[in-house]
Parts: sequence; C-alpha cells; structure tokens
Amino acid sequence: MADEPILECRGVSKHFGAVQALYKVDFEVCPGEVMALVGDNGAGKSTLIKGIAGIYPFDDGQVRFEGSDVRISGPAAAAGLGIEIVYQDLALADNLDVVGNMFLGRERKKGLVLDETSMEQDAQSTLDSLSVRTLQSVRQTVAGLSGGQRQAVAVAKAVMWESKVVILDEPTAALGVAQTRQVLDLTRRLADRGLGVVIISHNLHDIFEVADRITVLRLGQQVDVFTTADSDQQEVVHSITAGSLQFVPGMTEIDD
Amino acid sequence: MSETMADSEDPSGASEPETPNESVKEYLAAWWVRVKAGDLGSLPLIIGLIVILLVFGLAEEVFITPRNFTNLLLQMSGIATIAVGVVFVLLIAEIDLSVAYVSAVGGVIMTLLLRPGDPGWPWFLAIAAALLITTIIGLVTGLIVTKAGVPSFVVTLAGLLVYSGVVLTLTTEASNSGTVRIQDDTVIDIAGSFLGDALGWILGLGSVAIYAAIQLRTMITRRSRGLPTKPPLLVGLQIGGLALAVAWAVWYANRDRGVPFVLLIVLVFVVFWSFVAARTAFGRHIYAVGGNPEAARRAGINVDRIRIAVFMIMGFMAGSGGIILASRIRSVSTGTGGGNLLLEVIAAAVIGGTSLFGGRGRPVNALLGALVIASVGNGMDLLGLAAGTKFIVTGLVLLAAVLVDSLSKKGRAAAGMV
Repeated sequence: MADEPILECRGVSKHFGAVQALYKVDFEVCPGEVMALVGDNGAGKSTLIKGIAGIYPFDDGQVRFEGSDVRISGPAAAAGLGIEIVYQDLALADNLDVVGNMFLGRERKKGLVLDETSMEQDAQSTLDSLSVRTLQSVRQTVAGLSGGQRQAVAVAKAVMWESKVVILDEPTAALGVAQTRQVLDLTRRLADRGLGVVIISHNLHDIFEVADRITVLRLGQQVDVFTTADSDQQEVVHSITAGSLQFVPGMTEIDD
Repeated sequence: MSETMADSEDPSGASEPETPNESVKEYLAAWWVRVKAGDLGSLPLIIGLIVILLVFGLAEEVFITPRNFTNLLLQMSGIATIAVGVVFVLLIAEIDLSVAYVSAVGGVIMTLLLRPGDPGWPWFLAIAAALLITTIIGLVTGLIVTKAGVPSFVVTLAGLLVYSGVVLTLTTEASNSGTVRIQDDTVIDIAGSFLGDALGWILGLGSVAIYAAIQLRTMITRRSRGLPTKPPLLVGLQIGGLALAVAWAVWYANRDRGVPFVLLIVLVFVVFWSFVAARTAFGRHIYAVGGNPEAARRAGINVDRIRIAVFMIMGFMAGSGGIILASRIRSVSTGTGGGNLLLEVIAAAVIGGTSLFGGRGRPVNALLGALVIASVGNGMDLLGLAAGTKFIVTGLVLLAAVLVDSLSKKGRAAAGMV
C-alpha cells in the first residue's frame, strides 16, 4: 500500500475488570483498501471496533485518523470524523421505509416540514451509485426486504454521509449465497470509491474474495497481517488458531 | 467504480428504471398482496362499520335517522379526541391506562374554575389551566416511565387509581350531590352548538378542496423531480370518494340540527396531529422509537425525550377530550371518567388500525375507530340493552380488534414483513 493509512491504531489496549480484551494491538486501514479483521470468538474483534466507534474508550494506545492523533469520545465523534459502523443487527426500523431509515436522525427539512422529495432523490442516487438495483422502491418498508437488501440499505445509509471509513460487522453472517455475493460486491465498490473499508467475518472464503489485507487477532493480540494476494487460507487459519503470541496474558512482556 | 461487478448484482438483467406512474391495476394488485400478507390497513374498520350499519339499522329504525346521526357525531367527539392521544402512546409501544381519569381531571378542573364567583375564571383561562394540568400529568408519567424505567402499564395503572381518587375528592368537596353543573355558555356551546347549513357546506367542501390541493401538489412536485407517483386515476377516485362521503354527511346532518361545532375541533386536532406524525422529523422519530428503539438511539435520537413528549401529548389530548365530554353533558360528577370510557378510547385507537405492538398507526385511525365504538354504544342504547350487556359487547369488540391486530402481525411475520 503506497497510501498513508486513513485510520491507524497503535498499541491500543482495553480491559474489562480482570479480563484483558485487547493488548497492544496495532491495526490500520488505508483509503481504497478492504481490510479484513479476523479471529476466533473472543479474540477481541468487537472490542476493537467498539473502541474505534467510540462506544467505550481504549485504556491505552493511540488512534490516528488522517495522520493526526484523535480521541474518539463517543459515537457522535466517530461519525463526525467520518467513521460509520454497520452493525450486525443493522439497526434499521422495520416500520419505516428505506428513505426514512437512511435519513433517520438526520432528516432534511424545509422549515418544519420534512423535505421528502429531496431525501428520496438522494437515497435513490446513493443506492444507484452503489449499484444496488434489487430494491423495487425506496418507499417500501424495510420489513419487506430480504437480508441482502437490508444489508445494502444499512451500507448505503453509512456511506451517504461522506464517510471515509466504513466498518462492516459480520455483513454476510445471515445471508444466502446470492445475497452474500451482492454484499461482497458492494464492499468492493465502497473501497473502489476511495473509502477505507474494514470487514469483520468468520468466513475466510468471503474474505479472500474481497479483502486486500487481513489482520488476525488472537486472544486480544494482533498476531499477523497478511496481504491476501500473497497468502492462502491455510496460513490464515493457522494464525487464527495458533498464531504466536507476543505477550502471555497476565504476565509481564516476554521478549523473543 | 467497477461497472462489471455491478452486472452480477441483477441476474435477470431486466430491471428497467421503473415507470414513473404505476397503473391503478398494479396499485390495487400490490394492495391485495399486502392484505393477503396481513397488512390490512383500514379494511377491518370498513367491514366493521358495514356490519354495525346492518345489525343496528335492521334492529332499530331510529338508528339510521338524521337525528341519531348528529347524536352519533356528538358522542364520538370526546372519544375521538382522547383516542388521538392513545394512538401516539401506542405508536411508541407503550400504554396509558389512566387516560379516562386524566380526562376527567381536565373536565373537573375546568368546571370548578368556572363556578360563578368561586373563582369564576373566564372560559379560556379555565380551559388553559385544565389542559396545562393534564399535560403536566403526562409529563410526570413520561418521566417515571423513562427515568425510573417502570413499565407504563404499571405507572398508569397506579395513575388510574390516583386520578379517580382526585376526581372523587374534588367533586364531592365541591357539591354534596357530587355533581357540578357548568354554567358558562361558551363552554356549553363547545359540544352543544351546531354550524349553520351554509357553514357546514363551506367547511365540508373546503376541507375536501384542501385535501385535493395537497394531493395534487405532491403529485406535481414528485413528477417534476422524476419520482414515481400514485396513479392519477386512483388519486381522483380517492378525492371523489372523500367528497361524496363528506357531502353526504353534511347533507344528512343538515336535515337535523346541522354539523356539530365540536366536530370542527376534533377535525382540527386530527389534521394537526396527522401533520405532526407524517410530515415532521419529530413524528418520524416517534415511529422510529416505536419500530426499533435501538435503531433510533443509534441514529442519535433522544429516545427518552420522544417518549416523554408522547406522554405529554397524551395528557393534553385526554384533557381536551375531558373538556368536550364535560361540555356535552354540561356537568361533571363523581362518576366522570368511569364506566367503559377507558375501554372505548383504547378500542377506538386499535379498531382504527393502530397496532398495540408499536410503530404502526395514524391519528386519523382514532377518528374512524371512535365512529365504530360510538356507533356500537349508540346502537345498544337505542335497543335499550342493560349496562352489563353493553360492557360485555364493548369488551368483545375490543377483543376482536386486538385479535385482528395480533393475527395480522403474525401474517406479516409469515410473509417476512414484520
């Protein structure tokens, strides 16, 4: 990657009581890159993401965004920087239509009245620009959409706000083959637009299809960063299950 | 951006940009699909009205007369006003069991403040004070529900007892008989006066014209921006249908005393709150909180503030309804707010098509539901049924409405449109 990372974590740590969830983790994503974040259950993927999202602060370490140190004090601060997270449970209101969901909390108004036509046009053009073509109408309620369509709406919602980094948490976990295909294509298109994309997934097949690089977490530590083109699934699986730890949890640092 | 990848998106490859105007046939077909999937809209309501007309119309000839029609309009006004508030509470998936007695508190406070010389407030101050107090009651309910996290069911159940006690205390202290008469002419006229024939027509046709203007304006703006619109024929049919219904209602009411003035107040409430619900960000947030509070929270919406505001709307509408009910019988008494008023206002909201599960419903539901509930009550009164029988029937009507709501939710779930 010739580019400077747009988002960079250096040595971030987080503990919950006695549990060390993250230990001196380095993580970065560059503009135009799809960075996969993998690891077994409890490896610290969600903790890392939530720290970046401002859900809770890291105990230690630095976060740099566009080259300068930042402190992400809350979800609003993350959104303000241009970091959008698409959570696994999508956070869509089923009873609202696609437009209503995409603009939820940031409705456009003419005086007191909602500016429905302009919101509908922008929602439609955002979906069009992401080549989401399976939606019949942006006026249908989200309740009637398939899993893939819902994911597309959630992603479109995230990119509509001039975001620079989009984090997708298990975007394909609940999807069928065709829908997974759609979401992976969409992920790739986000990166092609110059966004930094982070994708969390358990599915290595998906990751090898879409990611440029892969960061592996194990027991709260970053154990490897692979370039997808130069590695195979076997290596990554080995790293996930038996990657060499720099630090043994609960002990002082071991120099190797 | 990669266009080649985009091609795999749509395997059929046949998705033309949709035509800007769906035909009426397609529109009706889509509607029928929704109905079959359990998204019934106002269908149960229309069927209910037809059944009521048939049953009571055949059983009692007085039921379908201009005199009874204007009576019915008067009877539904108080219920409809309170039910508008209930719709909002149900929209955020909460419940308010204290509404009937909160409305009674409003009516009693206004009546007491109006008593000549004691303290003899002018009507507008007495009404304002009553509405202020019921709105504050809503605020208190909302604060307890949101800040202490007590389910609204329990908070308002306690409120039911507390406010019935307040009504009982105030009325027995004010009068030995427990009944306080309203002597202010303006307040009596709220539910006791009628628009003249000409005014009725102007009002009725004026509102149809406004409705038509809004529909046409929406269509023209959308078309000028290249967005799909409803089929013009369907819009025409809707406007025509509304015009016919309104014209019939005005004509029929004019054969008796005319259109009740209070109906105008109710319509203003319904139009105002429909505007708030459908056209403002606040209204959108209410639906979001009812549909998925977590999504609303993550979208930066202050969920607690929305909930509190909704309980305040409930308090305000309950107070307004209480004033209308008091004006209609020209007095308040120890029994005000009792009986099956609570059941009727909740049933009105639900029968109108508001879901008990939150996020679905419109303020106009309250108006149509109140028409059904008031018709049932009116018809049973005409038939001279005993109080016990009336309770049973009203309860069964509510149960039927709730069953329709639950079953249609199941249907939507089965069709993947929860």
